[in-house]
Parts: sequence; structure tokens; C-alpha cells
Amino acid sequence: MTTTDNPPQSDTEADTTEVPLSDAGNPIGFGRMLRKEDARFLRGQGNYVDDVRLPGMLTGVILRAPMAHARINSIDTSAAEAVDGVHAVLTGETLEGVGLSWMPTLSNDTQSVLVTDKVRFQGQEVAFVIADDEYIAQDAAQRIVVDYEPLPAVADAKQALADDAPLIRDDVEGRTDNKIYDWEAGNKDETDRAFADADVVVRQEMLYPRTHPAPMETCGSVAHMDPVTGKLVIWTTTQAPHAHRTLYALVAGLPEHKIQVISPDIGGGFGNKVGIYPGYVCSVVGSIVTGKPVKWMEDRAGNLMSTSFARDYHMTGEIASTADGTITGLRVDVLADHGAFNGVAQPTKYPAGFFHIFTGSYDYGAAHCNVRAVYTNKAPGGVAYACSFRITEAVYLVERMVDCLADELDMDPAELRMKNLLQPEQFPYTTPTGWEYDSGDYPRALQKALDMAGYEALRDEQADVRAAYDNGESTMLMGIGLSFFTEGVGAGPRKHMDILGLGMADGCELRIHPTGKAILRISVQSQGQGHETTFAQIVSQELGIPPEDIEVVHGDTDNTPFGLGTYGSRSTPVSGAAAAVVSHRIRDKARIIAATALECDPDDLEWEPGRWFVRGAPEQGQTIQETAFAAHGSLELPEGVEGHLDAQTVYNPPNLTYPFGAYICVTDVDTATGEVKVRRFIAVDDCGPRINPMIVEGQVHGGLADGIGMALMEVMAFDRDGNHLGGSFMDYLLPTSMECPSWELGETVTPSPHHPIGVKGVGESATVGSPPAVVNSVLDAIGVRHADMPLTPAAVWRAMQGSPLRTDLAIE
Amino acid sequence: MEVTITVNGTAVTRDVEPRMLLVHFVRDELGLTGTHWACDTTNCGACTLWVDDTPVKSCTMLAVMADGHTVRTVEDLDTGGQLNPLQEGFMQEHGLQCGFCTPGMLMTGQWLLDRDPDPDEATIREAISGNLCRCTGYENIVRAVRWAAEHGNGEAEATDDDASADVETSDEVTA
Amino acid sequence: MQVPETFDYERASTVEDAIQRLTAHGDEARVIAGGHSLLPMMKLRLAVPEVLIDINDLPGLDHVRLDGDELAIGALVRHAAILDDPILGEHYPIFADAERKIADPLVRNRGTIGGSLCQADPAEDLSAVVTALKGSCVIQSANGRRTVPMREFHTGPWETAVGDAELLVEVRIPVRTSVGSSYHKVERRVGDWAVAAAGAFVQLDGDTIAAVGLGLSAVGAPDMTCPDAEQALVGGPASAEAFAEAARIVHDAVSPTADQRGPVDYKRHLAGELTRRALTDAARRARSGSDPVDSEEGNA
Repeated sequence: MTTTDNPPQSDTEADTTEVPLSDAGNPIGFGRMLRKEDARFLRGQGNYVDDVRLPGMLTGVILRAPMAHARINSIDTSAAEAVDGVHAVLTGETLEGVGLSWMPTLSNDTQSVLVTDKVRFQGQEVAFVIADDEYIAQDAAQRIVVDYEPLPAVADAKQALADDAPLIRDDVEGRTDNKIYDWEAGNKDETDRAFADADVVVRQEMLYPRTHPAPMETCGSVAHMDPVTGKLVIWTTTQAPHAHRTLYALVAGLPEHKIQVISPDIGGGFGNKVGIYPGYVCSVVGSIVTGKPVKWMEDRAGNLMSTSFARDYHMTGEIASTADGTITGLRVDVLADHGAFNGVAQPTKYPAGFFHIFTGSYDYGAAHCNVRAVYTNKAPGGVAYACSFRITEAVYLVERMVDCLADELDMDPAELRMKNLLQPEQFPYTTPTGWEYDSGDYPRALQKALDMAGYEALRDEQADVRAAYDNGESTMLMGIGLSFFTEGVGAGPRKHMDILGLGMADGCELRIHPTGKAILRISVQSQGQGHETTFAQIVSQELGIPPEDIEVVHGDTDNTPFGLGTYGSRSTPVSGAAAAVVSHRIRDKARIIAATALECDPDDLEWEPGRWFVRGAPEQGQTIQETAFAAHGSLELPEGVEGHLDAQTVYNPPNLTYPFGAYICVTDVDTATGEVKVRRFIAVDDCGPRINPMIVEGQVHGGLADGIGMALMEVMAFDRDGNHLGGSFMDYLLPTSMECPSWELGETVTPSPHHPIGVKGVGESATVGSPPAVVNSVLDAIGVRHADMPLTPAAVWRAMQGSPLRTDLAIE
Repeated sequence: MEVTITVNGTAVTRDVEPRMLLVHFVRDELGLTGTHWACDTTNCGACTLWVDDTPVKSCTMLAVMADGHTVRTVEDLDTGGQLNPLQEGFMQEHGLQCGFCTPGMLMTGQWLLDRDPDPDEATIREAISGNLCRCTGYENIVRAVRWAAEHGNGEAEATDDDASADVETSDEVTA
Repeated sequence: MQVPETFDYERASTVEDAIQRLTAHGDEARVIAGGHSLLPMMKLRLAVPEVLIDINDLPGLDHVRLDGDELAIGALVRHAAILDDPILGEHYPIFADAERKIADPLVRNRGTIGGSLCQADPAEDLSAVVTALKGSCVIQSANGRRTVPMREFHTGPWETAVGDAELLVEVRIPVRTSVGSSYHKVERRVGDWAVAAAGAFVQLDGDTIAAVGLGLSAVGAPDMTCPDAEQALVGGPASAEAFAEAARIVHDAVSPTADQRGPVDYKRHLAGELTRRALTDAARRARSGSDPVDSEEGNA
């Protein structure tokens, strides 16, 4: 593939064009390439935040609140301060002195750094102990005496707006209730009419429970304020180093050029590492106070109990259709639990994220949603865990509603989907809630998934299994669940999308060294996605330089251009585009320099990968490496053309990109125990052309495991007093190798028409698309219209008894 | 108290508190930061290393309990800078993404291969069931172990010629 | 990460040495073997012993052998060794059934049978297995050894018959002929503690049940068993009907508590269903000569 500005209009799945290989055996451009970053990880030579060791470094530990809602009458830190090896104990009072006891959230709310007035969720940060090491710090933290006056807690979002609900945010002047906002999208009147005219209306309440991204590495930072130079260096677990730097400058009043944020190797993010947490701020203050570097790494309980959770959406969906199954409308009412502070990370204009993409992949004109967000006595957050700004919730809603409709109509769910999918000729397609889907061939993807699954044969087998069950020969049932998703990634156009006023565009710089080797500096930050490899491949594809000759620099604000970071699957659609654009600029400049060297007109040159040559005389040409040397040499360049071969850009995406896919999950359910085994999972993904198919497949694999986790085991439940019931991996269950089947992947390729190289992004597709497939499969097996995630053995068994569990709250 | 532990073939003596966890001993006392930790509760396996040739979760063992014993960490897997077949398998099959669980996975996987040089998929899945990974969905880790089984498991022999030339444009369907 | 409070550490060299040290320190000391129950509690600072006595070096506690008409299992035998042990596999496949579902392979490399029994967690599996098999525990003190039936070993949740200056040294299981055994456990996910579990042995005399034992985990069964169901089975046929009736008795007898693993009615249901499955498989294995590698699931 040599196509650049015009993406390949491939409609076959894999591009089988022979890819030229470099001397090292790597593809020059797109193709399967082993990862550059693996060499260090495989030797235990990664450099994660907890691996950072500085001379004189101290360790900080957070004392967390043991209850969900309590006024703090007093904090006595004297016994802690008396422990040998303790350097300082920070409290809300200490921070108040420097104006840092509260900080802004990414949604323009405020959040307590260390409690000054009252605790608002269990696990909230109360004090920060700085000591020689973690052992001493924990000993000392235990000696802090806090006088808590317990208050009634709001643990159930459905009770947050009750007349007698305790007021959580009494710190905000004039506030009298726990409502954060009401927000709506779509056309209410048109939707009401569609429902009035419908033959069939199905209504279903459902919960997308509170889950957690739970990356293997918890959050942490090492802050070092150099007392001599006044420079603050922060090594931290961040998916958005530049945004963090600016926020530190704004929050702490420090000059931005004196702050360097370094995001070294990151042990997984999934949205958990977008926001700024109190621990980061405390390590900064701690370094200022002690004059020494201060490390803070949260333990797993702290990670699960206090950092950004995901979902917690109570949704009521209604779907309208004709008698023959043509969908005519969808409306949804959402009660969103945002926890004690509105700390949601999302573009400012969209308080419910991109939830209003909930119309999904189907063709109908009427849709409307109401979202009401409330405070509760739980940790803040809500947008995390590979959710594409709440498209997870949207896709789950519509894909469950379609299955509910199929159940109501007694229609095959595959047939119902195929009947209603958007058709290829409808793209670009504007949805009833205002999104413009860029490209797609949905029926082809669904058909491919059905073919791979052997759908008809599976249905036949299912009937046999059901017959044996009905005859009392077996306790087993079999389920087949589908989902079809449309993602929206690559946020986003500056005129629509910003976070705290920072537009969501990303910079990129490319320098070709005199010998033709290159260094690419990007604003986004890998947490495992393999940027050091794929971004080199983008440049390689566009310039013909072997990928091993291209160094990719990321995660250091002093050494990379500004940009908003990696989340919402935005690296490839935004920064990937920037990398392509700078490459094109280099190529254009190289053309002028090559023409000068070859003494011809630039217009007479043609490009082939890695080389400009004279049209009609291919032996006369100059490789990009030769051009690079010439650009740095004594060659006299035309008027206005500067030497060297460098370029930079800031990419402002014109639209989101819209990857999509069709998933099928086959489960076996033991009805006597409620146990579910995922037997097969078929995933057909279309993310446009694949820069590195190996990495794309890896991204999909991980997301599918997330789907198994959320559908079957992951939940952060609370009791009615707001006590967290999932504060460790003993109760917040992540799927293991045993719950995951061997994934069966397929692909279609529909390029994005507006992206410079047609790619769409894939990081979150599978996490978004897979949970409804699993849930639909289990419910298909047991013949129950709906039950909430996670479908643990108890939840499955109870659903079959007709008394479904409320999975998020209390213990029956 | 003073402990002497043979770590990656070298006896090291340190004076440590009895409460020091083994994972902190190798990370903080010896600077071997390849061994990670991720959960506190013996669930995740990121801290897996070998004690006397058996993989254990080092967040749930005291350094003093390893006094007089041998410990092997991920830093000891390669020989002379050359990746061993299991490490090479992880690279070839994309068995890692963020790399955080990887050292633990490698130490468990190597133990499996040393006991069972030709494990099938079910055996591999069972063996790594105490090592959590959040990135890979386990598929490519299973393939990585299989790759090692098929490419000279356990012996640090040169890897295939095709190792770095393994270029495929995406298979239409990969099972 | 979470770390324990300070304590003193001593390593015992013999059983007698360990007992001497325990005697010297009284209730300030805790014994540590695999440490996979105790250390997590210490890291949470829920357990704060002043002295830890490491018994990993004690000789003579890592055996599994036939000793007269009993199987003797040393207290330091690791879970992984139990899972793979040929003698246990031959006599009582219930051990391998349970071990396959205890934690994960790495934890099984460290955890010991003695530690599991002494932790006295009401949701622990090996305690239910030894209860089902009507085994006994050998406890040693300065005064010598005494034997306590497993069904009297736990004196309450997280409490055992082992005194401050005593050590559990061995677990003993009667050898039986024409016997089969089986363990069924439902967990939310591989490696989790039991939502509910049931183990059983069935000894046959022809088609008649000569002896039977039941062990129940995580369902609030007194002494982790159900004598009424056992009595109802003895002397009767090893039939599906008899097992269903035993399951009904268990269902009604247990008193589970609700937690994140499930509500009371579900756990009660599971207690019955898993009892039925364990009995069914145990009887099948008894008839087929106790196939040690039998892995058939009893879903029907």
C-alpha cells in the first residue's frame, strides 16, 4: 500500500499487497511488525512510576476515610508526627493554608484534595503522611486520630433526590439538593409521535453497574520540586501528560514552563489515568514542604475505592416498532450516579459524554434521551474503562433493547438487526441526535460474523440442547447473543470539544536527521497500545523510511508538543493523523530539495515509497535518506526554502471516526447452579485500514475480556450505608485465562473518508461492543427478557426464579 | 535481621526488618524492579518470582522466610542479552501490551514449560490462571507459551531466522 | 502497597522447638507456614502478632503415606502436592476435585493443608473435604500428641481446638474399600472462595450405602456437615432418589448468610444441588473402582 492522502477503497478484508521489507525484516509501512517496546518489558527493564528512584526520595501514604459520610470534628496528627522517620503529615488544614485543599475537576466541579469539612465517600483522602519509607508511613498513618461524626449516607442514586436525602455538597453555597444536571438530546416531539404511532412498544429498565478500569498498575507519582531551580518534575501515571501540566499550573499557580510531567511506562490505563487525583497533588505539596522528592503509589484498595470508576447508569429504554419489526423510535431516561464530586472526564459541551449516540447502528428517525445526574456518597468519576465517553452505556442500551424487541416480536435477533441496520449508501449518515457517521458497511460485517459463527447450525444445536433440558435429561442450556455497535472516537473537533477549555487537537513534530533516521515527537501517551511501533509505521508508510529507523518520543512534556493525550481511542484518529500530516509535509519539502539536487522542476518528480524520482526516468532520483543529507548539507536551496528536514503540525479532526463491528457470543449455562461458560466469541471489527494487524487484534482481545468481565463478574457494589463491597481483587473480580475463550476474530475494512490515512481507531471497540453480546447470550439461554450485569451464578439463578438480584446495592 | 538469599545466582546479604515483603526486598534492596506488584491480596500474580525453583507470589512471602533459599526473577531469564524462547514467544505472538503483568506471566510460564515442555492450551490456561492480565485477553499469552514450546523451550538457543521477518498482512480470520 | 506492622520472626527447626517457642511466647505468637491466609490479614493489619514462628523448615511434616488403616498427611503438605499425590488420588479423588478449585496454581505452591485447616475459614475447601471423609487432626504439645476429630476441630469461625502452645502436625483419613468420593464447588470465578461447596464419600456394599460422609463449605452448616442427611442415607440404596432426599435435608438444614457471592435462598439451593452432585459422583466412582483421573462433571 502506498496510498496516502486518498485512503485505499478496499472492500476486501485484508490488504494482501506485498509489503516491502526493511533490512531488519520489518514492513516499510503498514503490516504485522513486532513491537519495539517489548525488548525492555520482557527483560524486566520497563520503567514504571514505582520504579523511579531518586536520591533522598521519601514516600507518602494516604489515610482514607472508613465511612461514606461523616463530619470531621478533629484530626490529631501528633502521634503520627512523632514516629521516627516521619517528615510531615498533610491534612486538609495544611492544604487550606496554600489554597490547595480543593481542586477543580475535569467537569468544572470542585473536589476535595484532603478533607476539610466532611467525608463524602468511603475511601476519601483524609491525610497524607510522608516518611522515609512506606512501612513507616503506614505505621504513622495508623496513629492519626480522627474524630468522625457519622452522617446518613446516600448509597442509592434512586434515593438521591428524595425529600429527606442528606445534602452531600453543602460546601457549595446555595445548593439545596443532590441534583447535578438535567440534560437532553434528540427530538422529543417527533419521538413522542413515533411512539404514539407504533404497533409495538417495549420498555425495559436496566443498570449498567459501577465498574472500574483496574489497570494492573495502580495510580501514583513521584514529585520533585528542585528548591534551587524552582523546577517541578512529576513522574506520574497519566494518559494525558500535557493536560496534567497545564492543570498543575492552573491549580497550584506554578509557572507552566517550570513544570515537567513525565509519563514513563504505564501499566495500563483504560481511562483510570486521565484525571488528577489528590495523591498526585499531595506528592507535589509534599515535595515542596520537605524539599525532597516524594513518591506516592496507591495500594489496590485505594485504586478501587477512590479513583475514577466507570458507568453507574440506571437506564430506562423504550423502543418502538412496526408489527413486522421495523424500528421507528427509541427513547431513554437515565439516572446517572456521579458520586460525591462531578469528576467526569469528557468534552465540556457533553455532560453525559457521547451517550446520545444511543440510537446505534439502525435506521430510524426518532430518538430522545433525558439524563439526570446526581451526587451520591460514592467516589467520583464515571467516564473510564475504555468507554469512549459513555458509548459503552449507549451501545449496551440499544443492543439490549433490540433483543427485548426481538423477544416481544418472537423474531430472531439476527434477522431483526439485519432488517434495521443502516445501509452502506446512507453514509455519511446523520443520526437523529446529531452525529455524522463517516462510513460503514454494516450488513456485510454482520453477515460475516454470522457466517463465521455458523449461526444456523448454532440455532439448531441450541434447539437440541433445549429439548434435552425440557425432557429433564440435562440442566444445561445454550445461548447465542449478538451485538452490533457503532463507536465514535477521535475526539475531537476543536469547535465542539474541549476539556476545561483545552481544545482536543494534538501536535506532532518530525525531524529527519542528516543520515535519514528520524525522530517523531507525539503528544499522546501509550499505556500498552504500542505507539513506539505503530507511529513509526505511520511515518514509514508515508516516507518509506524503515520503522526501525524512526524513534518515537512520547510522555514527556518538555520533549513533546502539546496535545490532550490518549483516551477515547483518540491516538490513531487524532495523533495518527498528525503523524501522517507531518510526514506529508516532509515529503513535500523533500520534493523541492530533491528537485534542486536533481536540477529539475519539483512537478517533474514522482513519489515511490522512500524516494522521489524523475517522471519517465526512474533511475534518476533521490532517496529520502539522500535528500535528508542534502537538506543538511551545502546544497543551495531555492529562495524561501529553509535547510534541514523538519516539520510540525497540530491536527484538528474535522469529525470523529466511527469504527463498528458485529459480535456473537455463545454460552453454556448450568441452570441448576447459574454458572455460565463462554464457549465461543466471534468478533468482526471494522476500524478502517490496520496499521499493524497484530496490535489491532491484541487491542480487540483485551476488550473482549473486558466484556466477559463486566457481563459476568465485575461490579463495585455498596451496602446501604455506602460501604464499598469491592475494594480488592478478592471481590472486584477480573476475568482470568479460564473465563476467556479463544477469541475468533474477523474484519472488514471501510476507511474513514476524512482521516488522512483512513484509519479509525480500535482501542475501545471491543470493550464497548462485547458486554451486550455476552448478556444477550445468557438471557437467550435462560429465556429471560432482562437481568442486570454482572450475571454471576447467583444473578443467573435468581433471574430464572423470576426474582432478579439488584446487583449494585445491598446484600439480600 | 540479617538474611542471605541467593538471587539470580548471586548470594546477597542484607539487614532487613522481619516484616519486609519479599517483593520489596528484590525491588528496593536489590533494585530488581522487573518484579511488580498490583493487588496486595495474592490475587494478581504480578509479583511472581521463583523461590527454590517454584513460582510464588512474592507479595505474600516475607524476605526473612527466603533466608537461605534461592530466588529467581525475570531479570535472570535471558542469557547474554539474548531473549530466551519464552520471552521470544511473547514478542513473536504479541503476548504483552502494557508489560506490567509480563514478568509474572513469564516466571509462571517458564515454570510450566520446565515441567511440561509441550503443554496444550487448556494446560497453559490453567497454569496462568493465577496471573491476571488486563490488556491481552490472554489469547496471545497462550500462543506465546505455545511458541516457546515449539521453538526450543527452555534452552537459550538462537531463535528462528524468520523471527523478525514475520510479516503477514492481516489474516482474514484468526481463530 | 499494604505492609504489616512490625513483629519478631523466629524460625523453628523441629516440632519440639516450635512448641517450645510457642510456649515461651503464649498468645502473642502466630505460626506461619505458607502464609497465604495469615500474611494478607497482617497486611490489612487485622492480624497483629508480636512474634511469627516459621515452621517451614520442620522435618517430618510433608508426608502423605499409608499408615495402618489410615492415610497420614503432614501439616506442611502444600496444596500442589495434594493435587498431584498418587496415594490420595487412588483413595480419595475428592482431594484433587477440591484442589483444582482452590485459589490458583501459584497459591497452591505455598499454601499448606495445616494452614488451611487452622485458618478455620467457614468457606474453606479442605476443611470440608476432611470433614466429609471423617478425618481427624493430630495436635502436638509439650505433653505429647492428641487426636481431635475434624468435626470437633473448628470451635467457631477462625477458631480451632489448637491451643497457644500446640501445633497441628498431621491430618489422618480412614482408608475405606468400595468407596468413591467427590467435591463440587460453585465459585463466581476461577480462584474465588466458594459461593457454596459440597463434598462426599460413599462406601458401597453392593448397591447399599454402607457408610457416607458429607462436608459442606460456605453454607453455614454446623461443623461443616449434615449428620441428618448422612443418617438418612446409611443402609439405604445409592439411588438418585436417596441422593435427592439427602439434598433436600441439607437444603433445609443449612443456614447460609447473604454476601456478595449470593443471597440466602440461592446458597441454600446450591447446598442441596451440590450435595446431590457430590453424592452422585461419589457413588459412581465407588461403583467404577474410584477412577482417580475421573473428571466427568455431574451436571445431569
